Amino acid sequence: MWWEYVVYFVNATVLAAALRMATPLIFASMGGILSERSGIINIGLEGMMLTGAFMGMLVTFYTANPWVGLIGALLSGGVVGLVHAVATVRYKVDQVVSGTAINIFAGGFTVFMLRTVFDVAGTSPAVERIPTVAVPLLRRIPFIGDILGHQNPVVYLALILVVAVHLFLFHTVWGLRLRAVGEHPRAADTVGINVFRARYLAVIASGALAGLGGAYLSIAHLSRFGDGMTAGRGFIALAAMIFGKWTPFGALGASILFGFADAVQMRLQEVGIPRHFVLMLPYILTMVALAGFIGRATPPKSIGKPYEKE
Amino acid sequence: MGNVLEIDRITKRFPGVVANDAVSLDVEAGEIHALVGENGSGKSTLMNIVYGLYQADSGEIRLNGERVEIDDPRDAINLGLGMVFQHFMLVDTLTVAENVILRAEPQKFRFVDYRKAEQEVARLADAYGLRIDPRAKVADISVGQEQRVEILKALYRRAKVLILDEPTAVLTPQETEELFQVMRNLREQGTTIVFITHKIKEVLAISDRVSVLRRGKLVGTRSTAETGHKELAEMMVGREVLLRVEKEPAKPGAPVAEISGLYVDDQRGTAAVKDVSLKIRQGEVVGIAGVEGNGQQELVEAITGLTTARTGKVLLHGEPIQHLGPMRIKRKGISYIPEDRHKRGLILDYNVADNLILGLHTQPPFVEHRLFRSERHIAEHARKLVEEYDIRPPNPELLMYTLSGGNQQKAIVAREFSRRPEFLICSQPTRGLDIGAIEFIHREIIRQRDRGTAILLVSAELDEILSLSDTIAVMYDGKIVAVLPAQEADERRLGYLMLGGDPHLPEGDAERGVTAT
Repeated sequence: MWWEYVVYFVNATVLAAALRMATPLIFASMGGILSERSGIINIGLEGMMLTGAFMGMLVTFYTANPWVGLIGALLSGGVVGLVHAVATVRYKVDQVVSGTAINIFAGGFTVFMLRTVFDVAGTSPAVERIPTVAVPLLRRIPFIGDILGHQNPVVYLALILVVAVHLFLFHTVWGLRLRAVGEHPRAADTVGINVFRARYLAVIASGALAGLGGAYLSIAHLSRFGDGMTAGRGFIALAAMIFGKWTPFGALGASILFGFADAVQMRLQEVGIPRHFVLMLPYILTMVALAGFIGRATPPKSIGKPYEKE
Repeated sequence: MGNVLEIDRITKRFPGVVANDAVSLDVEAGEIHALVGENGSGKSTLMNIVYGLYQADSGEIRLNGERVEIDDPRDAINLGLGMVFQHFMLVDTLTVAENVILRAEPQKFRFVDYRKAEQEVARLADAYGLRIDPRAKVADISVGQEQRVEILKALYRRAKVLILDEPTAVLTPQETEELFQVMRNLREQGTTIVFITHKIKEVLAISDRVSVLRRGKLVGTRSTAETGHKELAEMMVGREVLLRVEKEPAKPGAPVAEISGLYVDDQRGTAAVKDVSLKIRQGEVVGIAGVEGNGQQELVEAITGLTTARTGKVLLHGEPIQHLGPMRIKRKGISYIPEDRHKRGLILDYNVADNLILGLHTQPPFVEHRLFRSERHIAEHARKLVEEYDIRPPNPELLMYTLSGGNQQKAIVAREFSRRPEFLICSQPTRGLDIGAIEFIHREIIRQRDRGTAILLVSAELDEILSLSDTIAVMYDGKIVAVLPAQEADERRLGYLMLGGDPHLPEGDAERGVTAT
C-alpha cells in the first residue's frame, strides 16, 4: 500500500531526474563555496548563472558547437565574477549590494541581448545541445545504472567537479591558503599570502562555475535560452552551499535533495495536485532546510568584510 | 657574541604624534632583551617596523651587521625574524599543524603532505618543550596553547630572532611560568628573544638586558642584573612611582552585601560556583584571589544580575536582589567594573560623553520631559568626569575606540565611581594597563573604600589583591577555600591555596600538601 507510494516517488527514474535537476545547483554551489571560502559573499550566483545560460546559447548559435558554447559560458561567468571581485575586493563595495546589482543587471542584460541579437522576446531560437550519453559498463549495473548510466556529459562533469573542489580545498596548498584567507585574512597576510589575489581568483572561478551551471540549462538540459530561465536556482545553490556547511560533498547532497524535490514535483503534477502548489515544493524545502540548519552552520569568519592592509 | 639586531635612529611619525623618535637599540645574539614602556610609549610600533608591518620615516635596521630593507613581514621571515603578536594571528578552524605550516607547506605535487607536517611540528614542539597536539583544532585549545602555536610558527620558519609582543598579557601565572621556561629553552638553543612587556616583575624574572622607552624615546638600556624595580619604574614613568598603595587600615562598618549558599551554573549547565558565602562590609575591600576560570566571573555575574543563580541568596542591606535584573540592581547602589571592557563596559562606537552616562541614561538629570536627552547635563557630566579622572585626550566628543586601553578603563571607573555606589564590584580592574593608570585606579579604589563603600575585588594579579584587600578570599574550583585577613596572606600562601592546596595544613607543610593531593 504505502510502499507503492514510496516507489512511485522514489525510483531510479525519479532519482535520475533528481540528478539532472541537481546539476546546475551543483555547479553554482561549488562556485559559491570557492567564493565564500575566500571571504566574499556571492549572492550574484543567480546573475552569473543567467549570463552563462545566455552566453552558452549565443556562442552555440554562432559556432553550432555546444562544447564551445560551454567554454563561452565559463568565460562569460568568469567575467561577471571579475566584476564582482573588482567591486568587492578592490573597491570594497558591500558584497550583498554588489551581488544584487549583478542579479538585476544580468536579468536586464539577457532580455536586452535577446531582443538585439535575435529580435525576439521570451525565448531564443533552438540551438544545438550536448546530447546525453550512455556509459557502457555503468549502465548495466542494476538500479545504479538506471540512475547514472544514461546522463548528459555535463552531469558527469558536475560530479567530477565536486571531487575536484574537495581535493582542491582540503588537500592542496592553495586550498589551505584559500581557507586561511576566508577565515582570518590578516593571519594569512602576515605569513605572506596575497589576500587580494586569492580573493580575485576565487570569485572569478566562482562566476565561471556558476556560468557552467547556467549553460547546462540552455545547451544541455534544454536547447534554448528563455528569459529568467535560472528561476532562482542561484539562490537555491546558495542554500545548498549553506545547508552543506560550505563543503563540496555537503553541497552535493543538498543539491541532490533540492533536485529531488524538483523531480518529485513533476511526479506530483501527474497525480493531479494543482501545479502552482507543487511548484513551490523545492523552494519550501529550501526554506525549511535553511531555517532548520543555518543555526548550526558557521560560515567562514571573515565573510562580508573587505580586507584592508594596515 | 656580537649584535644580531641593530636598530639605528629609527623615527616614525603618525598623524599628530611621533611614535618613535630616533630610537637606537642593540640586541645581542642569544640574549633575552626586554623592551618595556607604558602603553603608547612606542615599543610595539618599533617592533612592527622591525617586522615590516610599518615603514620607518628615517633610520636603519641592521641584521648581523648588514643593513636590511624590510618592506613586509615576508621579508622579515626570510631574514630570520619571527614575531608573536598580542592578538594571535591564527586560523581557528584549522589545526595546529596547518597553522604552523601555512604558506611554507611540505608538499607533494602541490598537495599538502600532512603526515610530514604533523611530524615536523611535533618534532619542533618537542625540541623546545612546547607541549601541543599538532592535530588539535586551534578553536579547541587554550590561549596559552595558542601562543605556543605562534611560537612554533616562527620557529618552523627558522626564526633566529623572536619578537614577543606582550606575551604574558593573556596568560595565567602558571602559563606565564611555562612560557618563561620555553624562553629559557630557546635561549639555550641559540634563539635571540625580544620580549615586549610593561610588567617590571617579568623583566627582572627573565631578561638579560632591558631597554626602556618613554613617549617614543629610548630612555636607556640596562643590564637586568644591575638594575631594579624602582629604577625601571622611574625610567618608564619619568617620575618617582609609589610601588605600594598607600592606605590606612580599614575601618569596616555594617555589612552591606551578604552572599550565602550561592550556586551558579556556567553556560554548559555545570556548577561553576559552589556554595559560596561571603560578607562584604562598609569601608572594606574583599579580594578574591584565584586562577582565572575558577568561578570568579560567574560569581560576579550572578551578583550583578547578568546571570541567574541556581540557588542561594544575594542580599543588599538585608534585602534579596537577584530577581531584580541588572538595571534595577544597579539602581540599588551597586557599581560594576566588568572584566572585559570592550564586551561589557563600553560601547566603543559611542563617544566618551555617551559612554559616561551608560546605565544612567534613563534617569534625570540626563533625561528631560521623560523622553529627551538633556544635552546640557550630559555634556557637563562628561566635562566634569574627564577632568576629575584625567581621561585623555580630554575631549568628550571622541569616539571611545580611539582612546587607549588605560583611558577607556578610566572612563568606566569614572562612570561607576562617580555614582557613589554603596557596593562596588571590580573585576580585573587593571588588566592590560600600564603603571601610571594602575596607580591611578588603585588610588581611586582606596578612596572609595575610605568613604565607606563596600568593595569586592576580583583579580588574577596577586600583587593587586595583596596591596588593595583588607580581607582575602581564595577561590578554587568554584568554592571559597579560605578567607584570611590580608595581614596573614602572602604570595606563597595564596599561590598554594589557589592551586587547590589544603587550607588546614600549616604553612610549613604546604609543599608536601600539594604533592600529596
